[in-house]
Amino acid sequence: MLYLENLSKTFAPGTVNEKHALNGLSLHLEPGDFAAIVGSNGAGKSTLFSAIAGSFFTDSGRIVLDGKDITFEKEHRRSRQIGRLFQDPLRGTAPRMTIEENLALAYLRASGKGASFGRIGKAERALFREKLAGLGLGLEDRMSQPVGLLSGGQRQALTLLMATLVTPKLLLLDEHTAALDPATADKVLELTRRIVAENKITCLMITHNMQSALELGNRTLMMDSGRIVLDLKGEQRAGLSVEDLLRLFRENAGKQLDDDRILLSGE
Amino acid sequence: MSIMLLQGAVEQGFIYALVALALYLSYRTLDIADLTTDGTFVLGCAVSASLASLGQPVLGLVGGFGAGLLAGFVTAFLHTRLKIQAILAGIITMTGLYTVNLWVMGGRADLPLLKVDTIFTYTQSLLGESYGKLITVALITCVVGVLLALFLKTQLGLSIRATGDNRDMVSASSIDPSFTITVGLCLANGLTALAGGVLAQYQMSSNLSLGTGVVVIGLASLIIGEVVVRRGGVGRCIAGAIVGSVIYRVLMVFALRASANPANLKLISAVIVAVAIGWPALADRLRLEKRKAAAKQKGGR
Repeated sequence: MLYLENLSKTFAPGTVNEKHALNGLSLHLEPGDFAAIVGSNGAGKSTLFSAIAGSFFTDSGRIVLDGKDITFEKEHRRSRQIGRLFQDPLRGTAPRMTIEENLALAYLRASGKGASFGRIGKAERALFREKLAGLGLGLEDRMSQPVGLLSGGQRQALTLLMATLVTPKLLLLDEHTAALDPATADKVLELTRRIVAENKITCLMITHNMQSALELGNRTLMMDSGRIVLDLKGEQRAGLSVEDLLRLFRENAGKQLDDDRILLSGE
Repeated sequence: MSIMLLQGAVEQGFIYALVALALYLSYRTLDIADLTTDGTFVLGCAVSASLASLGQPVLGLVGGFGAGLLAGFVTAFLHTRLKIQAILAGIITMTGLYTVNLWVMGGRADLPLLKVDTIFTYTQSLLGESYGKLITVALITCVVGVLLALFLKTQLGLSIRATGDNRDMVSASSIDPSFTITVGLCLANGLTALAGGVLAQYQMSSNLSLGTGVVVIGLASLIIGEVVVRRGGVGRCIAGAIVGSVIYRVLMVFALRASANPANLKLISAVIVAVAIGWPALADRLRLEKRKAAAKQKGGR
């Protein structure tokens, strides 16, 4: 589904701030793969997502999504097929527009129905209601309220729904539960697991939670210095503990996993 | 006499409401203070008056609207493609328009429409002398308002609103903000020019100085409307803009009758807008000072 071939990106080349954010990174995701990415601070995880989503063009390498080379496609074109959630729950929704209008926008753009002057009708409204009810947050009765009134967790759940309303070819989750309180984070994560499984979405998720990196999805990727240093799946991955994961990282990256949030979370 | 004065004010209110609708689109929806407005308004006047004097009043309105679209496109191009700040882009276009407007009016600063048919000639013969003008302008403005409300619920309309509401979200959700800003500014300036076009035929003349302060008056109307009708969904805001504009004109009549010098009106409008837009910051400051004073009193005890 997704081929990344030898991607490189250097920020501020030729200056003292030169940073090789991506260093000849290659990755291949099968359709329906759900891979969790862990890695040190500054390993290039978010940079990788930005490269895939097209926030900038890479210096070298190729990106192929579902058989189509999108290396030089602009961000707003790519995002028709790529859903992306950020850590900040405020980034994904328009606060002064109502829940229904936010969903309508996501739906109309992704489905390509009725072009520019397309509007949503009764059928779509019923669909939104049903999908909102599926979140179990009571949002289906608040469709005409502005999104700005929702809590962070509710907004993130809504963003997730918007990104998957029309099934994307690829879903990028950039620590989308990290800014939420633990109970809400669990709830959004559970929703994520369900929606991704139901729609068989190919998905990449950055996380700082080693446990969920091992439990969620079917692959665990570890990044360091702009490269993927460890790719675990199948039997290799089954029965692995967090300690094993940290040891494997040490062996493959030649250093400790220095992620302050992982250390602080005491896992 | 005073009823006639009032009716005139309401008529003008409906005409200027088109500017308030334009600013609802550019200022409230896209979050861009579009200073092209002053120039575009006169452009609409000039095109409409010129075509009317050639015996084509309806074409005048359509042409005025079209000319406004173009003016909006220039500002949008300067802003989105050449990366000039929106305010400066508007000022540049407005400055250039001064000369363009002079050309359109055949090099004269004033173009009276003497013994020329206007849209109001037609509608007054159809709807009667006394209310023909009022019905015409009310109809034009309400139709435009309804169309605008419908448009803002379409995919393109929602995209434009999202662009002004959350730029981060927009670039991550397949919307090209340059495109939505361009469409929004074109449309807003089209409406402003349409207002100018209707006004020129309404008062049977076009004048280069008609545009001065139109943007501030439009904002004042928009804010009055928001206070009266309260902000809410799109429909509410659009109704508010129209109501606000009518109220503004009626207030002006009273101000004039209280023998205020008409020249003072622009200053009053400017103060209304400054206070209304600055109010949240002012209120915050007042609240803080109150708390400080209260805290001091407690500490003294």
